[in-house]
Amino acid sequence: MYFNVAVIGGGPAGMAAALAAEKKGCSVVVFERDKRLGGILNQCIHNGFGLHYFKEELTGPEYAARFAERVKNAPGITVYDEAMVLSVTPERTVTALSPYAGLITVEAGATVLAMGCRERTAGAIALTGTRPVGIYTAGTAQRLINVDGYSVGKEAVILGSGDIGLIMARRMTFEGVRVKLVLELMPYSSGLKRNIVQCLDDFEIPILYGHTITRVEGAERLRRIYYAEVGEDIRPKPETEKYVDCDTLLLSVGLIPENDLINGIGIKMNPLTSGAVADEYRQTSVPGIFAAGNVLHVHDLVDNVSAEAELAGSAAADYAKGVLSHGEACAVKVGAGVRYTVPQTVYRGTGKVDVYFRTDGVYKNKTLKAESGGETVFSKHRLILTPGEMERIEIDKSKLKDSLTLRLE
Amino acid sequence: MAKAMETICIMCPMGCPITVTETDGVFSVKGNSCKRGEVYGIGEFTAPVRTVTALVRTKNGGVASVKTSSPVPKDMIFDILDGLKKITAPKNSRIGDVLVKNVLGTGSDIVVTGGN
Ligand SMILES: Cc1cc2nc3c(=O)[nH]c(=O)nc-3n(C[C@H](O)[C@H](O)[C@H](O)COP(=O)(O)OP(=O)(O)OC[C@H]3O[C@@H](n4cnc5c(N)ncnc54)[C@H](O)[C@@H]3O)c2cc1C
Ligand code: SF4
Repeated sequence: MYFNVAVIGGGPAGMAAALAAEKKGCSVVVFERDKRLGGILNQCIHNGFGLHYFKEELTGPEYAARFAERVKNAPGITVYDEAMVLSVTPERTVTALSPYAGLITVEAGATVLAMGCRERTAGAIALTGTRPVGIYTAGTAQRLINVDGYSVGKEAVILGSGDIGLIMARRMTFEGVRVKLVLELMPYSSGLKRNIVQCLDDFEIPILYGHTITRVEGAERLRRIYYAEVGEDIRPKPETEKYVDCDTLLLSVGLIPENDLINGIGIKMNPLTSGAVADEYRQTSVPGIFAAGNVLHVHDLVDNVSAEAELAGSAAADYAKGVLSHGEACAVKVGAGVRYTVPQTVYRGTGKVDVYFRTDGVYKNKTLKAESGGETVFSKHRLILTPGEMERIEIDKSKLKDSLTLRLE
Repeated sequence: MAKAMETICIMCPMGCPITVTETDGVFSVKGNSCKRGEVYGIGEFTAPVRTVTALVRTKNGGVASVKTSSPVPKDMIFDILDGLKKITAPKNSRIGDVLVKNVLGTGSDIVVTGGN
């Protein structure tokens, strides 16, 4: 089977990419391993999605449903649900397995990777102690409660104060679970202020910054966790150890792009994002293979995921039709205060290009500068920049020289 | 009599710690870095509201997600949640279906947002 564009993953990134490619007249196939489209959004029943994209505040399932409806009504898009992609080659042969369609092999003019991300687990953060029942990643608990309708426990502690952990503190409170404590290793939360206020403060749930779990206890079911203050070296100080009894522990300790599928096919990876190295069109180092959404870098706003995926899907359509062209390449480099940028290559030409980036810490009263060929091409004063919020700047492509450097001053 | 409340302004990532004080019906906000913080602080002090998102059981034993169609008074959150425990979403309910009109007199409806 041949399709102009094959999309791997049917979350918000995959759906937006497919729609953009179809709009350009391409035949598109979408593979989704789950029963339905929507990805992680189906389990995010809280509101706060779509303010930028739809100009109204939606819940996750509502945001997903709007895109799923469009996909369903697009005549040029074929969806295989419950179809797990097993491999993709540099020549863009995609193989998937589905319980009802069997083994599906597709040749594609271009491929968009949209597999999303997964959560770091207890193994990944080296939790010591026994392995009793009652320890979940926050996302797993979110799915168990919101999609499957289970209850997880009676008294909970949350490790990590990223947005998913904060949202789950409120969600569990609503389900009658007593959330006793949130522990955060860093001196600040990477979550939104709104979530600190509306998910913790509203329910008087305490949060301890600069603290971490030292060990867990419990034979079959979790019974108690021990925690301590951390020193400057981010190691727990044994003399500060305390404990709290609980039957549930949620881990909200970070997300990593889900890139196992492309291991070993020659796509250059960026160690800072854990995603592929990508250019302005979100094309990877293997021509014709594009990537968008959390598989490329972890996003905090689904609105940005949709925008990025539209860009990738549209460029993939152009590539498949042989009309993707661009000016001279210009490498994007990180300077003082900047952790990473996406994309990592932009092109000289006309019009504008958006460069997204995250800072490497919390900064107040800084000027954000972008320079190319010794000249300042962007400069803006900012009251605050935090690693938890992805930043975006718009660069005039005609001003680009050999490279572009972003830094804080 | 003066009444006071401490909170964080959530209108931007600065997250200014603010103190709102009421003295004989006059409000004053301290700690904010801009006008938005003052407006937010007085609103949180006088009439804090939240959109409630939660689950209801469905006829087939599963769950459907719901929300209040507009923000409701913060101190009514748990009364609304208690009410949701008593209702069941009908078979084949769809996104946008209203399960409860004008819930507890708040003027807000309970609307289906998703489910299985
Ligand atoms: C647990 C969790 C909770 C989150 N909660 C929030 C939140 O509350 N608010 C917020 O703004 N953002 C949240 N996010 C971020 C959210 O993931 C993004 O905003 C957005 O959903 C990312 O879209 P995506 O399409 O890139 O990824 P996903 O939504 O993860 O979609 C990826 C899709 O690809 C499919 N897939 C993966 N591998 C394969 C394969 N080999 N074959 C076929 N299909 C495959 C998956 O099944 C999935 O449907 C959360 C993320 C996680 C992991
Ligand atoms: S007071 Fe102004 S600067 Fe401070 S958090 Fe609120 S909006 Fe931001």
